[in-house]
Amino acid sequence: MSITARFSIDRGRFSLEVDIEIPERGVTALIGPSGCGKTTLLRAIAGLDSYPHGYLRIGQQIWQDETIFVPTYKRLIGYIFQESNLFAHMTVQKNLNYGLSRVSSDHTVSIDPIIDLLGIGNLMDQYPDTLSGGEQQRVAIARAILTSPRLLLMDEPLASLDLERKLEIMPYIEALNRDLSMPIIYVSHDRDEVVKLADHLLLMNDGQIISSGGITDILTRIDLPLAQSAEAESIISAKVKDYDPKYQLSTLESSLGCVLIPGEKLEIGTDVRLRIPAKDVSLTLVHQTGTSILNIFPATVEQIVGGKTAQVTVKVRAGDTAILARITRKSADNLKLKPGMKVFAQTKSVALLA
Amino acid sequence: MSFTEADAIALLVTLKLAFVSTLILLFVGTPLAWWLSRSKWRFKFLIEALVALPLVLPPTVLGFYLLIGLSPSGPIGSLSSSMGFGSLAFSFSGLVIGSVIYSMPFVVQPLQDGFRSVGVRPLEAAAVLRASPVDRFFTIAVPMAKPAFVTASVLGFAHTLGEFGVVLMIGGNIPGETQVVSIAIYDHVEMLDYAKAHFLSGILLLLSFLILTLVYRNRGFKVMTS
Repeated sequence: MSITARFSIDRGRFSLEVDIEIPERGVTALIGPSGCGKTTLLRAIAGLDSYPHGYLRIGQQIWQDETIFVPTYKRLIGYIFQESNLFAHMTVQKNLNYGLSRVSSDHTVSIDPIIDLLGIGNLMDQYPDTLSGGEQQRVAIARAILTSPRLLLMDEPLASLDLERKLEIMPYIEALNRDLSMPIIYVSHDRDEVVKLADHLLLMNDGQIISSGGITDILTRIDLPLAQSAEAESIISAKVKDYDPKYQLSTLESSLGCVLIPGEKLEIGTDVRLRIPAKDVSLTLVHQTGTSILNIFPATVEQIVGGKTAQVTVKVRAGDTAILARITRKSADNLKLKPGMKVFAQTKSVALLA
Repeated sequence: MSFTEADAIALLVTLKLAFVSTLILLFVGTPLAWWLSRSKWRFKFLIEALVALPLVLPPTVLGFYLLIGLSPSGPIGSLSSSMGFGSLAFSFSGLVIGSVIYSMPFVVQPLQDGFRSVGVRPLEAAAVLRASPVDRFFTIAVPMAKPAFVTASVLGFAHTLGEFGVVLMIGGNIPGETQVVSIAIYDHVEMLDYAKAHFLSGILLLLSFLILTLVYRNRGFKVMTS
């Protein structure tokens, strides 16, 4: 089951040409510079704007083709706008009921857990203008989810909030993804949000999807600008295996091998996501012993990109996962790195994302 | 006694006219205002200009054309005659038609502004929450434009109360049928009966002032909550 969307939109100065297939589970992040057509695509999927010659299929249901155009209110979607767009003349409770009362009785999302999940139980009798921005957005998210959508569309839901509010809402969105098996298309241009939330990435530029795939693959796709920037990074998923209270270290099992991370005790068995900044990965030809670095993985060099710049990005494969290392061109030359070489990747820092 | 039964009847006819006209105006003006606030039709301005015409046109001009239109040989008059309603000129129904046209901008413009200020966002939010277009109109647009409805009703009512020129042309000054307060005052003054004119004028002044206070209080309330 998947979501297929084809749109060809020509608005004079702006044109959009998209033909995508999105898995019907997990979070698909739609990222790209502002003005590249992310919102246009999302609105087309929601049917808020209609364009001829589009095609949209969600699982077995066709929402748009040459003869069909299902109006927005008949599409089983949830849509979170940049602004909360709560109805000012209704209390929080009535806002939540608005969508809920309009869906047929076979909705699958139960009300109380969502209200708890988003922490809005104590706001029910308030009007939207008495809520903080973060609270408003949480109510908006609950309002959308309570309609049990087949597809949740989020258009930069955190963009209008300050950092503090963002940090306040992020865990709720992560929890949503974890607790509900609801596919989410998440528009963002914030890299941090994306690496935390997304399972799949759609990279968009100038009205075109330039690349799509799983987040680990896309972030380490060395031909894309993401991997060649100073902020290049790798994301890997891992499971908590053990905790050593003496050193306050958690042992995680990942496709890279065993990873040790410091910090508070993590629930054993939890699925987490690790972020390894490419600039914190160094490469050695022999396994270092006299080093303070804990996480060292045997790896094979796959690709080196950087041309004439001071820094190059080296993609190495450790276990069955690719990670990126950002090293100086001089070091790469000194080590005579070339594809196929066996090396050791030392990671100075591994950050826990969720 | 400066307040005669005739004056009381004129006052009643006036209130009835204002009430009926306002009711019809809300029914006709709401869809029109909604359409004007949403339509992207490039010649929309023609309709807007047409609706606004009574603001600048001398009421006598409007009344003159209505007189011709409503007379038995006029297009509306002949239609109503053929349907068995008789000519509409010099009848209460004729006055209602005149008032509706005359007060149209006072109802349509606040409503149009009200709907426009609701904006497209809440309606889109309702659409993604499964509300059909009609559902969205009644549950989102109308409640959110409530202050505009109050303003529109009150202005439509008050403006019809003060109508003179149109009534003079098409009303015929029939007591109990088409004689309204403004005409009655005119008659009193014509007959130099200033006491009666004073009394009726005072009532109209007070009534209009009360109604307008309602509008402006309502407007202040809107600012406070937005």
